[in-house]
Amino acid sequence: MANHKDQEIEARTIAVLVDNEPGVLARVIGLFSGRGYNIESLTVSEVDPRQRFSRITVVTSGTPQILEQIKAQLDRLVPVHRVSDLTMDGASVERELALVKVAGSGDKRVESLRIADIFRARVVDSSHDHFVFEMTGKSEKLDVFIDLMQPLGLVDVSRTGVVAISRGPQGL
Amino acid sequence: MSAEQKTGAEMLIRTLKDQGVDVIFGYPGGAVLPIYDALFQQNDIQHILVRQEGGAVHAAEGYARSTGKVGVVLVTSGPGATNAVTGLTDALMDSIPVVCLTGQVPTHLIGNDAFQEADTTGITRPCTKHNYLVKDIIDLPRIMHEAFYVARSGRPGPVVVDLPKDVLQGKSDHYVAPEEVTHRSYRPQTKAEDHKIAEAVEMIAQAKRPIVYAGGGVINAGPKACELLTRFVRTLGVPCTNTLMGLGAYPGSDPQFLGMLGMHGTYEANLAMYNCDVMINIGARFDDRVTGRLDEFSPRSKKIHVDIDASSINKNVMVDLPIVGDAGSVLEDLLAAWQARKLELDQKALKAWWQKIEEWRARDCLKFEQKGQEIKPQHAIKRLYELTKDRNPYIATEVGQHQMWAAQYFKFEQPNHWMTSGGLGTMGYGMPAAMGVQRAHPDALVIDVAGEASILMNIQELSCIAQYNLPVKIFIVNNQWMGMVRQWQELLHGGRYSESYSAALPDFVKLAESFHAVGIRCEKADELDDKIMEMIDTPKPVVFDCLVTKDENCFPMIPSGAAHYEMLLGPDDKVGKPISEEGMVLV
Ligand SMILES: Cc1cc2nc3c(=O)[nH]c(=O)nc-3n(C[C@H](O)[C@H](O)[C@H](O)COP(=O)(O)OP(=O)(O)OC[C@H]3O[C@@H](n4cnc5c(N)ncnc54)[C@H](O)[C@@H]3O)c2cc1C
Ligand SMILES: Cc1ncc(C[n+]2csc(CCOP(=O)(O)OP(=O)(O)O)c2C)c(N)n1
Repeated sequence: MANHKDQEIEARTIAVLVDNEPGVLARVIGLFSGRGYNIESLTVSEVDPRQRFSRITVVTSGTPQILEQIKAQLDRLVPVHRVSDLTMDGASVERELALVKVAGSGDKRVESLRIADIFRARVVDSSHDHFVFEMTGKSEKLDVFIDLMQPLGLVDVSRTGVVAISRGPQGL
Repeated sequence: MSAEQKTGAEMLIRTLKDQGVDVIFGYPGGAVLPIYDALFQQNDIQHILVRQEGGAVHAAEGYARSTGKVGVVLVTSGPGATNAVTGLTDALMDSIPVVCLTGQVPTHLIGNDAFQEADTTGITRPCTKHNYLVKDIIDLPRIMHEAFYVARSGRPGPVVVDLPKDVLQGKSDHYVAPEEVTHRSYRPQTKAEDHKIAEAVEMIAQAKRPIVYAGGGVINAGPKACELLTRFVRTLGVPCTNTLMGLGAYPGSDPQFLGMLGMHGTYEANLAMYNCDVMINIGARFDDRVTGRLDEFSPRSKKIHVDIDASSINKNVMVDLPIVGDAGSVLEDLLAAWQARKLELDQKALKAWWQKIEEWRARDCLKFEQKGQEIKPQHAIKRLYELTKDRNPYIATEVGQHQMWAAQYFKFEQPNHWMTSGGLGTMGYGMPAAMGVQRAHPDALVIDVAGEASILMNIQELSCIAQYNLPVKIFIVNNQWMGMVRQWQELLHGGRYSESYSAALPDFVKLAESFHAVGIRCEKADELDDKIMEMIDTPKPVVFDCLVTKDENCFPMIPSGAAHYEMLLGPDDKVGKPISEEGMVLV
C-alpha cells in the first residue's frame, strides 16, 4: 500500500474523554511531544464531576496515517475512555473564545468599537483609554478580528483554544 | 470486611499475596523501610536483594518472560527510582509485564525538593504503560490490583506505583480483593470481528507465495497461542519466520521454520519476505530492524496484521487487513474458519514457492569455517547450543554480536526460553534477567550469553547470584571489542575504531572467584566441548571466559537503510553502494 510520505497534511479536531485523574493531561501532552505530533490547540476541562470525566479537545495535523496513529495512541492510554474524530465522524460545531485588549484613544478607539460591533464582540471591561472585548466564534473569525485590531492598539490577547461537539442527538 | 487496622505497608503485602506474588526483586532505602519491615514479618513472599536497582527490573523481566507472570520490583525513592528507569523503558519496548513499587517522600513534602525526592511519576510517565501516585491509603488496594491488571492485560508493559512514606505508615481497615476491582476505562479488545477473520482466510486462500511472520506478541499471548501458531502454519503448509522477540513461538528445528528475519536474519527468511504475495503478521510490529528500507519492504505483498494494540498497526507499514485482537484468540478463529470453509492453498504454487525457498536455504547463510585452535565466536555458540539443547535451557543474552549469534545458532523449540533485550537493546540486561529466570526455574539450566563489554554493565549482580545460590552460567564470548560497534565502524565508518576496544579487561576467572563463582577460561578449540560440559556440570554459578577471534563480523547483515535483497552474506561481500545519508542516520 502507499507510503505515508506521499499523503497530504490534514487538520483534525479530536475529542478525548478521560478520567480526571492526576497527570492525565501531562500524559496526553507527553504523547504528542514524545512522538513528534503537532498540537495546534488543546483545551481541557472536567465535564462530569460526579463521574470524574474530563474532556480534552485537540486540534492537530498530519498525514491521514499519522492521524490514525494519533487516535490509536490516544486510545491505548489507560485513563482514556473514548476518542472521537470530530472532523471525520460526521458534522460538528467548533467554537473558541478570545479576550482581546485594545488600548488607545480618538479615532482608533471609535474604530475598534465599530469593528467589535460588526463582529458581535462584547465589551467586558473598559476605561477612557482601553477596551477588553470578548468574542466567541470559529477560530478563523477570531483571527480576522485580532488582525483588524492590530493597528488599532492591540495590547493583549487571551484565547481558550477550540472546543467542539458533534452535531445531532448522539453523545460522545 | 474485617475492621482490623493495617498499615499501608501491610496492606501492600496483602495485595501482593492476593495477586499470587511469591518473589520480588528490590533494594531498600529510607522511603520504603515500612515495606521492608512488613516483609520481614512474613514468609510468603521472598525478597531478592539485587545490587543495583537496574538489575532488579531486568531480573523481574527475566522472571516475567520465562513464566508469563507479572514480575515485581521494589525500590526506594529518588535514586532508587531513577536507577530503575532503564529497566522500565526496556520492559515497555519489549512488552514485558512488570509492576515496580517505588518509595516516595511523604505527601506533605512532595514538591519541596525533600531528601531523595524525585518526580517519579513525571520521570516514568513516558517509560511505563501507566503509573500511579498513591496519595491516600484508602486507594492503595484498588490501585495495586489495577496496576497488576494493567501490566498483564492487552499489550503487557511496566506499571509504576509510587508510594509516599506517610501512606505506607498510615492505617486503614479498608481492603478490597482483586475480584472486586474493575478498571474504569482500560478494556483491550481481545476478540477479532468475524468478518475480519472471514476476509483474512479468503485472502490467504488466494496466496501463491504466503509467509507467516510471527513476533513477540505470540509469546505474550502465551504457550497455547504458540501451539496454535504451530498448528496454523502446519495446517497451511506455509513457511514461518520469527522476529528476535518471537523466537520460540514456532519450533526452531521445524522444516517450515526459516529462522529469524531482519537485519541479521537468514537469507531465506528475508528473501521470502521480499518475494511473498501474502504476508500474515501475527504479533510483530514491523520494527525497522526487520523492515530495512521501508519503500522496498515486501513491495508486492498483501499484508494481514494481527495485533492486540491498534497503534502497532499501520504505524510503519501500511497493511491491507488490520485485525485487532489477541494472537491466541485470532489464531483459533482463523484455524476454525479455514477448516469450516474447507479451504486449501494452490498446492502447485505452494510447491514452487517452497522450491524457491529451498534454493535460498541452500546458500547456507549461517555457515562459517572453524579452523585451527582459535575459536570462532559462531563455533563457540553453536557448540554451546548443541551441548545443552537436550537440557532445554533458558537462554538470556546481553546486547551485541553475541546476541545475534545466539539468535541465529540456537533453535528454540518452546516459548519463554529466550530472554533478550530487543527494542531498547540494553547492554547489561542478560545477567540480571538470567537471575530472575533461575529464581523462577531453580532446577533448570540458565545461561547468559554475554559479551565482555556488556557483562561489565551489571557485573555487581554476581554478588546477588552468589547470595541466593543461583547456578546461572555466564558464557562470555570474549572478542575484546565492543564487537557490534567495531563491525559498524568497519563497514560504515571507514575502519576508524573510535573507543570500541575493550581495554583493561578484568581477569574474568579471578573475578568469578572473588564473587564466589567458578571461573573457567577457554582459549583453544580443542578444549571447548570439555569445558562447556564442565560448566554445565558445575552446580554453582559459573563465569565462562571464552576467548574468540577478535574481528569476526556477524552475517548476514542488511546494512542500515538497505533493502532485504541487499544483504551482505559474508566478509567477501562489500557494502554494495555507499550507504545513503538516510541510511547513515539510522541507528
Ligand atoms: C543489536 C540488535 C539487533 C537486532 N536485530 C534484529 C533482527 O535482525 N531481526 C529482528 O527481528 N529483530 C532484531 N532486533 C530486535 C528489534 O529491535 C525488535 O525488538 C524486534 O524486531 C521486535 O520484535 P516484534 O516485532 O516481535 O515485536 P515485540 O517488540 O515483541 O512486540 C510485540 C507486538 O505484538 C503485540 N502484542 C502483544 N501482545 C499481544 C497479544 N496477546 N496478541 C497479539 N499481539 C500482541 C504488541 O502490541 C506488539 O506490536 C535487534 C535488536 C538488537 C538489540
Ligand atoms: C547500555 C548500552 N550502551 C551502549 C549500547 C551500544 N552498543 C550496542 S552493542 C555494543 C557493544 C557490545 O559489546 P560486547 O558486549 O562485547 O558484545 P559483542 O558485540 O562484542 O558481542 C554497544 C556499545 C547499548 N546497546 N547499550
